[in-house]
Amino acid sequence: MKFLRRFFIRLSNFTTGRRTEQRLQEEMAEHLALQTEENLRAGMSSVEARRQAALKLGSAPAIREDHHAEQGLPLIENFLFDLKYAVRMLRRAPGFSLIAIAIMALGIGATTAIFSVVDATLLHPLSYPRSDQLVRIEDDLPGAGALDAGLSVPELKDFQRSGIFQYVSGDWSISGNLTGSSQPLRIPFKMVAPNYFALLGVNPQLGRTFDPHDETPGFNLEVVISDGLWRRAFGGDPHILGKCLRLDGDAYHVVGVLPAGFRDEGRTTEERNNDVWAAAGFAAVPFPPPVRNSRFTPGAVARIAPGMTVATAQSRVDALVASLQKQYPADYPIQSAWSVRLVPLKESVVGNVRQSLLLLQGAVGLVLLIGYVNVANLLLARASARGREIAVRQALGAARSRLVRQLLTESLLLSLLGGLAGIAILFATKGLLLRMVPDSLPRVSDISINWSVLLFALFLSVLAGILFGLAPALQASRLNLTAKLKVEGRGATGSGEQARTRRVLVVTEFALSLVLMIAAGLLLRSFWDVFNVGLGFNPQNVMAVRTRLPVPNDPKTNIYGTAAQEAVFLREMLRRSRTLPGVEEAAVGSIASVPLNHSRNLNELILEGRDLRGNGPPLVEASTVSPGYFHLLGIPLLHGRLFTDQDNENAPEVAIVNEALARAWWPNDNPVGKRVKLNGLSAATSWATVVGVIADARTESLEEAHVPQIYECLFQGTNDELVLFVRGRLDPARIADEARVAVQSINPELPVFGAMTLPGVVSGSLSQRRFSMEGVLLFALTALFLAALGIYGTISYLVNERTHEIGIRLALGATRTNILGMILRQGLELAIAGSAAGLVGALIVSHLMAGLLYGVSPTDPLTFIGVTLVLTAAALAASYIPAMRAMRVDPLMALRNE
Amino acid sequence: MKEKPDVLQGTLALMVLKTLDVLGPQHGWGIARRIEQISGDLLAVNQGTLYPLLLKLEHEGSIASEWGASENNRRARFYRITVTGRKQLQTETRDWEQTAAIIARFFEVKAEDLP
Repeated sequence: MKFLRRFFIRLSNFTTGRRTEQRLQEEMAEHLALQTEENLRAGMSSVEARRQAALKLGSAPAIREDHHAEQGLPLIENFLFDLKYAVRMLRRAPGFSLIAIAIMALGIGATTAIFSVVDATLLHPLSYPRSDQLVRIEDDLPGAGALDAGLSVPELKDFQRSGIFQYVSGDWSISGNLTGSSQPLRIPFKMVAPNYFALLGVNPQLGRTFDPHDETPGFNLEVVISDGLWRRAFGGDPHILGKCLRLDGDAYHVVGVLPAGFRDEGRTTEERNNDVWAAAGFAAVPFPPPVRNSRFTPGAVARIAPGMTVATAQSRVDALVASLQKQYPADYPIQSAWSVRLVPLKESVVGNVRQSLLLLQGAVGLVLLIGYVNVANLLLARASARGREIAVRQALGAARSRLVRQLLTESLLLSLLGGLAGIAILFATKGLLLRMVPDSLPRVSDISINWSVLLFALFLSVLAGILFGLAPALQASRLNLTAKLKVEGRGATGSGEQARTRRVLVVTEFALSLVLMIAAGLLLRSFWDVFNVGLGFNPQNVMAVRTRLPVPNDPKTNIYGTAAQEAVFLREMLRRSRTLPGVEEAAVGSIASVPLNHSRNLNELILEGRDLRGNGPPLVEASTVSPGYFHLLGIPLLHGRLFTDQDNENAPEVAIVNEALARAWWPNDNPVGKRVKLNGLSAATSWATVVGVIADARTESLEEAHVPQIYECLFQGTNDELVLFVRGRLDPARIADEARVAVQSINPELPVFGAMTLPGVVSGSLSQRRFSMEGVLLFALTALFLAALGIYGTISYLVNERTHEIGIRLALGATRTNILGMILRQGLELAIAGSAAGLVGALIVSHLMAGLLYGVSPTDPLTFIGVTLVLTAAALAASYIPAMRAMRVDPLMALRNE
Repeated sequence: MKEKPDVLQGTLALMVLKTLDVLGPQHGWGIARRIEQISGDLLAVNQGTLYPLLLKLEHEGSIASEWGASENNRRARFYRITVTGRKQLQTETRDWEQTAAIIARFFEVKAEDLP
């Protein structure tokens, strides 16, 4: 209370500038008069009386100062004074200020930019309430080689009843053809349990979501739609509720519209951009009967019961799994080693981008650190130039703490201006930067410069100001007064300690840059290796366009329900596609047949007459393709034959395997003629004969050369998601429309979408790798530049200091080459010391990032040596300019200046 | 010559308050003089240090001041204690007495008194 009252009075005095000096003046005069009178009464002479009175009162200026300090707020007053002085100092050396601010702006801007990405993706990947209670439930069958194998309906029910979870919902992303608007659209569509939105904790902007206690076993023909679809397909119609939505010919009723900012959870961009949600019980038509070992829902999300952590929930799930295994030994053979994992939903959304992002954040942090060091170096150089000023201030009685405070104010002002400029640059280049971020990152659309990002930038700026200001400030305040004043008078060399600090800073800078450069070099080599792998297929001049056949809920109304029905359509589509302008070859395949599409289509492979030691069948990648597919992609046949048009719906089923699969399952045998069965979502139950073996191609992943794959013939099964491949001299801008006309002339209700060029797909699958490589490379080059600048600055400074000495050397007969060598040697020494420290750091960092490398070892000698040489060359080049200056020193001038 | 001890930090405020409480409104010189007299001239108040302290006490609300006429009819600033000041004086007096009592017991203690 007392304290506050006093503070506010002082604050108001301070802000209003009220002064009561006059009052003190009067009081002191009166005081002196009274004391003098008393002294006179005591018998002193009038002169003596006045003198004694003044002595007793004490030093008038000191009283005035104390009084003044009590009057206002001296801390703030001094700060404002320091600030005014700092601004004046910055303006007096505009070159220095601009460079320091630019370096800080670069460092803080870049670090904040990466932080804004990290903030949106890693720190806040989910925008649901209490999202740390959300998990994804994954079934693993390691014995059968299957991780995240999907869940069965009885398992979902077990989890729901277990009391471990508040809500459990299967989620199954499919798609549907939306008809009724001008163009048929294929939209992502998700089947979820009725409790799904209660689980996520999301409320609609219009209407309602599903009743979480709904027990409909099959489909409930109500849907909730996204804000995006509402605007796109219905023009934001406010009377949308109750209206009919036709998906694959079935009528659904819209019951709610989700809010604009809502993004679904999911592992792919498509899942996260889902447009339509329908509630389902997963247990009756159109779903297969709910049996324990039919794991057809691809996954489930759950909200852990309140008050429970993921770890305790996991241990209770483990116990549940053990008891279920005892109860149903036939469904859970010991060998398959069934287990259930709870993955925090955050993890499953962020997944594999964590490492790349952390690497980038680390890289940019290093750049910032190098920037700090550089500015500290500049400040140090300036502090030595200002040594005399500081010595004079100290001699005049400035307290050391006061000096440190003043120098810190200067450096803080510098760094805050740098931070401000950095944020300004960030705002200006926001659009450009966002375009560099690959779409595959989760929550790309949520990346923004928000308060926490700004706070982060402020924190960086203040940290910078203190870090690079403290060293020079402390050093300046510690200097030896007399020595400085004496020496500065003659303008000779600075202190040895200063030079040492500067060298240490430059070596640090150099070491940090080396670490970054090596990281960038390794990433570059990995990228190059992945970029240049033998693809095993030829993407040149190939385009793909997608279409989708409807799958109505009632199988009887499905006009593409059987292989025979679908084959008619497929043959017609192929025939028409071949007549399109420029098309030389055409083929059709399932979505899994698109090279590098990152979709997994794992199917159980059953081999005839092979007992798999009770492990359960292995899971392999399966796709369905038309006869022309392998030729169109240039994948060579090794044994047997390819599919032909005779492999149709009436002919015996055939399959083609790749070399990797053949080697894995028939290592000493010819697979041609063997019979296999595939059991997956498209449950084919009859035996198919292997008719051919093709070479391995990197159609699943650029990084993996030998992924076992099996192909079935398109005409012998049914597929709803189809991809049309065409090769030839195509016009990428027009092929999509031409294909649309061709497909819709057969069935006008079919959507045609997703046109892509295969070279584009290949480069797209490199996007994340490219993003981290480009980012780190950019930062490494910045670091190289800053380090070179640092060396240049330090050597220039040394040359300046030694001009006199160089003059003497030249006068005594040293050749100019000697001088050049002498200066270059100094630069080289710094570079070597920096390299030694940097190589150690780089070894640690390169092992940490081993997971991001491909085809290159973390200790790749070529990269290590190459980068060290590049950096050393840069150091030499940076020292060369001041060395040249040293060489041209005129001994007469240098000596006469003395 | 032995120096007179300076007033202990923090005790000057207490002395000022007590002086004003006992003697009523006083001007600066009066306060300084009284403190010296009461201390039997054992304390030397560096009289100037009084003024910043008076300002501080005024800011805290323990004393108030106004212009008035001094004994020889000159303009002088008179200080008087406020209600808050009295309360403060009471608590501080109690605190001091307590401290003094404790210290006194330490001075009186003898080895045989201790169990």
